[in-house]
Amino acid sequence: MKMKMSGAKRRNLVGWSFLMPATILIFAMNFYPMIQALILSFKTGVGNNLTWGGWSNYQRLLEDRVFRTAMINNFVYLIIQVPVMLILAIILANLLKSKNLKFKGLFRTAIFLPCCTALVSYSIIFKTLFAYDGYVNTVLLKLGFISSRINWLGQTSTAKIILIIALIWRWTGYNMVFYLAGLQNIDDSLYEAARIDGATSLKSFFHITIPLLRPTILLTTIMSINGTLQLFDESMNLTSGGPANSTLTMSHYIFKTSFEYNSQFGYSAAMSYVIFVLVAILSFVQMKVGDKR
Amino acid sequence: MKRKLLSLLVAATMLGCLVGCGGSDTGSEGATSGEATAEADASSGDTASGDQTLTVWCWDAFNMDAMKAAADIYTADHPEVTIDVQETLSADIQTLVQTYAMSGELDSLPDIFLMDDQVFAKYLKNYPEVFADLTDSGIAFDDFAPSKVANSIADGKNYGVPYDSNTVIACYRTDYLSEAGYTIEDLTDITWDQFITIGEDVLAKTGMPMLTNVQGEPDLLNMILQSAGVSVFDENGNISLVGNEGLKEAMNVYLDLTSKGILQEQTDWSGYQGSINNGTVVGTINGSWICSTIMSTDQAEQEGNWAVTNMPKLNDYAGATNYSAQGGSTWAISSSCDNYDLAVDFFKTTWAGSPEFYDGILTDLGAIATYLPAADSDAYNEPSAYFGNEAIYAKIVSFGSNIPTINKGIYWTEEKEALGVALTNIASGATDMDSAIEEAQSTIEFTIGQ
Repeated sequence: MKMKMSGAKRRNLVGWSFLMPATILIFAMNFYPMIQALILSFKTGVGNNLTWGGWSNYQRLLEDRVFRTAMINNFVYLIIQVPVMLILAIILANLLKSKNLKFKGLFRTAIFLPCCTALVSYSIIFKTLFAYDGYVNTVLLKLGFISSRINWLGQTSTAKIILIIALIWRWTGYNMVFYLAGLQNIDDSLYEAARIDGATSLKSFFHITIPLLRPTILLTTIMSINGTLQLFDESMNLTSGGPANSTLTMSHYIFKTSFEYNSQFGYSAAMSYVIFVLVAILSFVQMKVGDKR
Repeated sequence: MKRKLLSLLVAATMLGCLVGCGGSDTGSEGATSGEATAEADASSGDTASGDQTLTVWCWDAFNMDAMKAAADIYTADHPEVTIDVQETLSADIQTLVQTYAMSGELDSLPDIFLMDDQVFAKYLKNYPEVFADLTDSGIAFDDFAPSKVANSIADGKNYGVPYDSNTVIACYRTDYLSEAGYTIEDLTDITWDQFITIGEDVLAKTGMPMLTNVQGEPDLLNMILQSAGVSVFDENGNISLVGNEGLKEAMNVYLDLTSKGILQEQTDWSGYQGSINNGTVVGTINGSWICSTIMSTDQAEQEGNWAVTNMPKLNDYAGATNYSAQGGSTWAISSSCDNYDLAVDFFKTTWAGSPEFYDGILTDLGAIATYLPAADSDAYNEPSAYFGNEAIYAKIVSFGSNIPTINKGIYWTEEKEALGVALTNIASGATDMDSAIEEAQSTIEFTIGQ
């Protein structure tokens, strides 16, 4: 009995010792900085001259018009871009799983390829495409769709649209891959049975594919919401947050207050925590609504 | 039960480790910063003993070559000294200075570094411990353009050796101008009102905008402001936009230029450079460092067709001049420099004491400096074939002494952005000028206020 106990104990210890390195690393690299950032968010001051400020940073946030603009921008991206992208991804995945389709690999690769490009380089490509004397303007002008060049990235209305188009181009393929994987787990016999029962392909899409893809949809939605709220590269590289802050995102504003303006790290940390809480709340709601198991 | 106990134990160990890490971290941080300051104190006292190496950080082949030229001059007389020039981008220098200052690791900084003038005052104010005081070093600051020296002064003390020129010049294509029936003289010593009349005419006749600028970064607006001696900060560094008549007048000029198509806004810096190099604009107004951009075109026909003159002045605004400043950079010696005296001596013999050195970098590199004695030398009076065989360098240096000095403060980036937003909103008709200025003021006040 005693021998057996110590054996179990030893196994336990071995298990824990395997876990230890990763756990320690996560604590040291992730949780410790997070706690430090939380403490930092209660301090105010410029550069290194930080003093304890209590809740003042969070109070300040409520009055910050630029932050409010950035937050609204983020939610506009979220509300428009995420549904469009995910629906597009599901449709594409559904088309690409079709058995009769030729060159399936080619199409899959082509759609997935955008998300292999570096964030900075694709932003620069979009910037050149939509520049005042860029490709898009030239083509539209030559084809007679527009009478004079449009300053796509220079107008508040169009700049946001370009950014959303860029995001959709970049991330649809990425989400499509998750759906493709999810679709492969759905048994063909289900579709067969539905077909025998006289269900149209549209019906079987809504009554078989969608319900069975629910976990995948949940996963991609949470990831997309998370990604959109933390959006940085596009705002930074494509439009520099302009014109007149109309494309500025929260993360970009955090970067600005930490590194471009006179550094206010305390305030930036407070903003990061607001994003953190937003992501947590939205994910929680998603899980409650989406996970029926 | 056993398992629960064990996991509790593990959790406890982890927590202990965490607290331990935290504790030891702050402890060691305190120690290193203490050490750093102690060492910095010691180093400023002790004179060039031991290692005679000066490490330098600067960006661009242009600046590096100038520094290497200075190093060659100095090491020829002082063979025991090594000057190690390392390429570090301007933005990286800023991030690194900030990081090392925050962590107290000042020892990791080089002995000498170059800093962009637009952020120099900001870093000096926020991280004063990084910069070595040069007030009593014997460097003759009177030999540099006063508006430039003022940029690296805090509390009456000098912290920088001025380097490349920030003098604003207006450059125009003479071939385009003559096509519309104008000469460079018509654009010299004029007001913005006159400029706009000419600009409209040139646009009608050639289809070219007179000027180019990067959208949302109203550098030109700031140049106009400084040319008229208009400060957007008061003496205490507080922002004062509301009720600033000079600002309103300058903004009106800027908006006039864009709405009439005389100023073409570009989406980014490469668009700006492209418009100059591809010959789709008549000219540009910027710091004199723009000359190297102008000369970097691959269109051979541009050679000899450029001319340099002063910028238009702000109409009848009191104190308006045709001279302003934009960009440029300044050398700083870091407080952790172990060879402070050596570094100072190096600057005294080269950057702040040798017109010959400036002749050399001007002839070889086209580097225009703000060292006033250099203006009398031969190299500066040498005509430039690219700019219509005129001695533009002497001209630029002579412009330098006429630049009005204004209060700049440390919130330059914040100010530039808020004004960019204001200009966009007025131009798109979203708001009128008064409320846009009020909004800009409150945005900046908000950012400054803690």
